[in-house]
Amino acid sequence: MTVGLYGTYGGRYVPETLIPALDELEAGWDKAREDPAFQAALDRLLGTYGGRPTPLTLAERFAPGKRLYLKREDLLHTGAHKLNNTLGQALLAQRLGKGRIVAETGAGQHGVATATVCARFGFECVVYMGAEDMERQRPNVERMNLLGAEVRPVEFGTQTLREATSEAIRDWIANVETTHYLIGSCVGPHPYPEIVRELQAVIGGEARAQILEAEGRLPEIALACVGGGSNAIGLFAGFVDDSEVRLVGVEAHDAASLGDGRPGVLHGARSSLLADEDGQILDAHSVAAGLDYPGVGPEHAFLRDSGRAEYVNATDDEARDAFERLARTEGIIPALEPAHALARVAELDAELVLLCLSGRGDKDL
Amino acid sequence: MKTLVVYLMAGRQTPELAEAAVEGGADIVELGFPFSDPLADGPVIRRAAERALSEGMRTDACLECLARTRERVDVPLVPMTYAALLEAYGYERFEAEARAAGATSLIVADLPVDARPDLRRIQLVAPTSTDERIALAARVTDGWLYLVTVTGTTGARDRLSTAFAGLVERTRALTNVPVYAGFGISTPEHAQAAFELADGIVVGTRAVEVAEDGPAALRDYVRSLRAEMIVH
Repeated sequence: MTVGLYGTYGGRYVPETLIPALDELEAGWDKAREDPAFQAALDRLLGTYGGRPTPLTLAERFAPGKRLYLKREDLLHTGAHKLNNTLGQALLAQRLGKGRIVAETGAGQHGVATATVCARFGFECVVYMGAEDMERQRPNVERMNLLGAEVRPVEFGTQTLREATSEAIRDWIANVETTHYLIGSCVGPHPYPEIVRELQAVIGGEARAQILEAEGRLPEIALACVGGGSNAIGLFAGFVDDSEVRLVGVEAHDAASLGDGRPGVLHGARSSLLADEDGQILDAHSVAAGLDYPGVGPEHAFLRDSGRAEYVNATDDEARDAFERLARTEGIIPALEPAHALARVAELDAELVLLCLSGRGDKDL
Repeated sequence: MKTLVVYLMAGRQTPELAEAAVEGGADIVELGFPFSDPLADGPVIRRAAERALSEGMRTDACLECLARTRERVDVPLVPMTYAALLEAYGYERFEAEARAAGATSLIVADLPVDARPDLRRIQLVAPTSTDERIALAARVTDGWLYLVTVTGTTGARDRLSTAFAGLVERTRALTNVPVYAGFGISTPEHAQAAFELADGIVVGTRAVEVAEDGPAALRDYVRSLRAEMIVH
């Protein structure tokens, strides 16, 4: 495997049918990112439609004795960082002449963000969602329906993000000529991990400037939850070259593909996975549907191995406690996903901490 | 004489099923080594894979199944699987153990032609493949090319059969390697179109379904396909 590698991770492990589409996507992406008109259109949408820049909020009551800044992606339109990626990929799909979008969703945040841009751009939209996730994230299913998307329940296997992703890729295989697969995290075959990282890098770029403005220095730690890892990779992108800033990712305790995983292949890429010794994928479990995934973006596996980033975990109970505590102390209801990152703040050996509050928690009530 | 390839999922009954398929007229037997998250497979083979895994058909058990099948049939046996299994087992080790157990070649559904060039295997080409990729696949493939004829959606048959004819034509222009058509050959229309254009066909999903009714049913089904092939 020679394309799209992060160390030995990444690559393209997909049926031949998709390779030409991935080549086309890569060529389209390379052209778009060099095109000032693309960046200008994206910046305009992020500002006038998405609500960027999102603020930094100092959370003094949640984290007494520290200076904890929350990067408020929960205030972005649709309520999570996912829109950064879907707006960029929608512009890209438009350039590629695709009129149909398929996506997978776990918590429903990426599904909503996809349905939103499809409504905005006039694309047909199909979102695959595990039947179990549809049950536990009902409000997001209703939002997607209202936005005109077709939500297709995935009723086999684990009935969660893992199967929804497989099913979205199978739909793409069957409809590749008309359809853009709008993947929601920095996973999948090359060039997806790179596209999603670059589109989410706006989080880290903004946050870096904002914390310098507020504190006159860089944070000691940049902290984010990691499922597939897109909000974390976007935050880390702003600080990866600042060697004095520790990058810390927080996985769900029973979905810790970086903490407990081994190298393997899932959904088109080689990464660190929850898998058995034969390479068969194991079930992940998390109260946070967005973290309930046995894989992770290949760049995270690379950052872990290189020692540049470190990865810890939080249990369901710890996340629930942090969820409630942020609501009570700051008047901010976080999604259960970033609540995992919030749960680790108190014990961090650092004073100035920047945390990506990747989404809001209405869906988790 | 056209070549008939029959796909079976590795399992306890596979040696008897393979023998029945060969009695019915199968020239090559593909043996599915199940993977938990098979992107290229539709619901039938996916369910068969789930069942096989729940019965313990992990890589070593599949290799053992291959060896026992080899004891009963003389035709080429080709394991078909996903890169995840080879990653975990080791590519070279997998290849060596499979050959030792009687494999004639290997198919890896999610390992594109430009990946792992050192791993000798049967390459797949699809209607979306560029001429450049078809030529590369033809150059490095192990004996024959696996033509992916359809992409699996219902209602897309007209378009897909057009795509298939075009794919065969493009492939013929680029290589003399035999081309066998597979993926979605289950209806008489597909089989007929495939017989006329390709050097052989691969029957997977339908064979897996029929195999659930046992060796006799599979033998009869393969025999009926064989008869169709002689007609055409």
